[in-house]
This record gives sequence, structure tokens and C-alpha cells, in this order.
Amino acid sequence: MSGLHRTQPVHELSLCQDLLEQVIAIARAHQAEKVVRVIVNIGPLAGVEPLLLESAFSVSCEGTLAEGAELVTALQAIRVYCDVCGLESEATASDLSCRHCGDFATRLLSGDELILARVELESVEEVRH
Amino acid sequence: MCNTCGCNVTSGNRHLLFTAPAQKPVSAVTVLSNLLKHNDAHAEQNRARLDAQGVLAINLMSSPGSGKTALLEATIQRLKDSLNIGVIEGDLETENDADRIRAQGVPAHQITTGTACHLDAHLLGPALDHFDLSKLDLLFIENVGNLVCPASFDLGHHRNVTLLSVTEGDDKPAKYPVMFRAADLMLITKIDLLPHLDDFSPERAELCQRKLASSAPVFNLSSRSGQGMEAWLEWLQHEVAEHKQRVKNGQTLRPRVQQDGQSLHDPASQPRFRPVVRV
Repeated sequence: MSGLHRTQPVHELSLCQDLLEQVIAIARAHQAEKVVRVIVNIGPLAGVEPLLLESAFSVSCEGTLAEGAELVTALQAIRVYCDVCGLESEATASDLSCRHCGDFATRLLSGDELILARVELESVEEVRH
Repeated sequence: MCNTCGCNVTSGNRHLLFTAPAQKPVSAVTVLSNLLKHNDAHAEQNRARLDAQGVLAINLMSSPGSGKTALLEATIQRLKDSLNIGVIEGDLETENDADRIRAQGVPAHQITTGTACHLDAHLLGPALDHFDLSKLDLLFIENVGNLVCPASFDLGHHRNVTLLSVTEGDDKPAKYPVMFRAADLMLITKIDLLPHLDDFSPERAELCQRKLASSAPVFNLSSRSGQGMEAWLEWLQHEVAEHKQRVKNGQTLRPRVQQDGQSLHDPASQPRFRPVVRV
């Protein structure tokens, strides 16, 4: 991507280029005819809006092996590990402090994922019953 | 949902209604790879180019109007005799900011993104061609004014500095956690205006930052009055010196973007092929 003037109104759309490239490479590697479903794990701290990603995906897929594929976004929970009390807890995006002792010295265990988890493909050969 | 009008037919179960004459087999491939793989690979190339010349790259992020360009002007005035500085400016349109930087006597390149709301590694790469990196110690990248998107993209830089001006809300770190969590340093800017604003508390802003499990230092400063600039300038000089030492030892530094959780999810080295049984 060398052009400096790309027409991408939202960053979810530019993310889709990466996503789509990976999906199509996988489909080709498996000699698939069509991509049926794409499952993406997203954490609230990834900075990506699942609904925007889904609509950007359907636009980006047009005219590719993935045209018509369904994008499923699996929202991940935010969990932190506390370095002070050694316990894990659920947290929210704006408050990552430990729910047990209240300390701020926590580490994120999950919640900032942006992961292509699974691709479902339709193969060329017909099913043998 | 009912069985009368068909509203219970969803994209997930529609296939159950039709018995396809020759149903094609569907298989699932487990991937577990980072969606930003291409951007991140390009970012590593950019970082290697900078490291080869011992250049420290700092990404400045904030909402529009927090004083990023003014901070750069004041910083360059104070540091240009001791450090060789270059600036990459990111804006949707105009060369205005690059012109302001060039007026300070340092090289600047403007990236105009058109409608894109952030810089990414693919945009930074060609921008680096406009500099003689062997003649730089410090490269500032002024990202597009936006508190949302820039935080998600590694450019190949080393440090994230996030600005919050006192004319904004002191709860901005709580409202934009993705951005502020990525900060390696937070600057509370336009501190000279604080006496006129009774609703901004630097302490509250810092508390919101700490709640994001952030240990990033927080400095209060004013580019206009010069108040608090010393701590920032010392931080920069310290970082530049540390980075030179770091690259000598063959090491580098990655900014606090998408770091903690992502690293815990080990990407599968080989995609696994697994058939899914249907109907």
C-alpha cells in the first residue's frame, strides 16, 4: 500500500484489508471455492467497533472469494491479573484496577485481542455420501 | 420470534431449511493470527530502519487542538542545538503544520491522509524516505488529531506520548481508554490556562490514567509559558541517550500499543485444518 491518498473513511475498513488478505490466503491454501464464515475475536480494548468491522467487511469482500461471507465477531471479556494480591478479576475498559484489593498494578489477561480465530470454507469437491 | 412469519430464520440456521442437492463440504480452519499482521510486519521494518541509524521515534497522539504542534515548536526551540530533530506531520489535509515546523529550522515532512483518521505503518515507511536518518537523533511523528484510531496501529516508532489539554475534560482517559492505555508518557498541556478553568483537575486526570493500570509518568506543562517544560525536555534527552545505547546492544523498544494481552495469545504457527460436521 503505497498511495498516500486512500479513501478509507474509518479505520475498521483499513483493518479489513489485512483481514481479507489473510482470509483469502487461507482459502487459496485450502483450494476453497468460497469463504462461508469468518470468526474474529475482539476485545473491548482493541479499539475496534465490531458493528463497523462487520459492515466494513461486507463491503471489502465484494468481488473476492469471500463475497457474501458472514463475519462473526466474538467479543472477549476484560480480565486482569493483580501483581499485588495475585488474584484475577473481571474489569471494565475505563477501570482496570483489581476488584479484590483495588490496586492499579494489574496486567491485562484478555480484552485487547484483535485476532482472526477461524475461517469456514466451502471446498470445490462435492460431498461424498 | 415465532414460527409464523419466518422471523425465526436467521443467517445462522437458514441452511437447515434447504436441503442442497449437492451440498459442498464446509471445513473450518483455526487461525488465531493477529488481524494487524501486515501492519505490524511493516512497522518492524520501519523500526529496523530507524534503529540502524540510532534514531528514536516518538509518536504524539491527542485530540485535535491539544497543542501537539505548539509543543513541537517549543521543544525544537529548546533542543535543536543539542539534538538533531526531524518531524513527520499527519493531517487529513494541508501542509500547514509541516510549514510551522520548517520555520523552526528542522526538516519536516507532511503526510496528508485524505480521509484516513490515523497513520499506519504503510504510510510511515515512504515518509521516512524524505529524511537522511543518519543525521537524526530524534524523530517526532505527530499523528492525526484523534483519540480513537491512532492507538491501534504500530508505526514502527518507540514511544507513545499522549497529550491532554486542560481545556478538555479531565476524565478523558476514562472515556478513551484504548488511547490513554497506550501512553508511555502523558502530558497535561496548556497548564498556564488552569487558573481560568475551575473544572479541570490534573489530579483527577492522573487518577483516571492510573485506573487504566498505567504507570506512565504524567507531566504538566505549557508550551506557551514554558512552565514545566524542563521535565519533558529531560525525559526526551534521557530517552534519546538510552535508545542509542539500546541499539548499540542490538536491542529495540516497542511502544505500549496492543502489547500485554496480545502477547499472551500465541499465534498458531501452522493453521489447523478441521472438518465441521453439518446436518
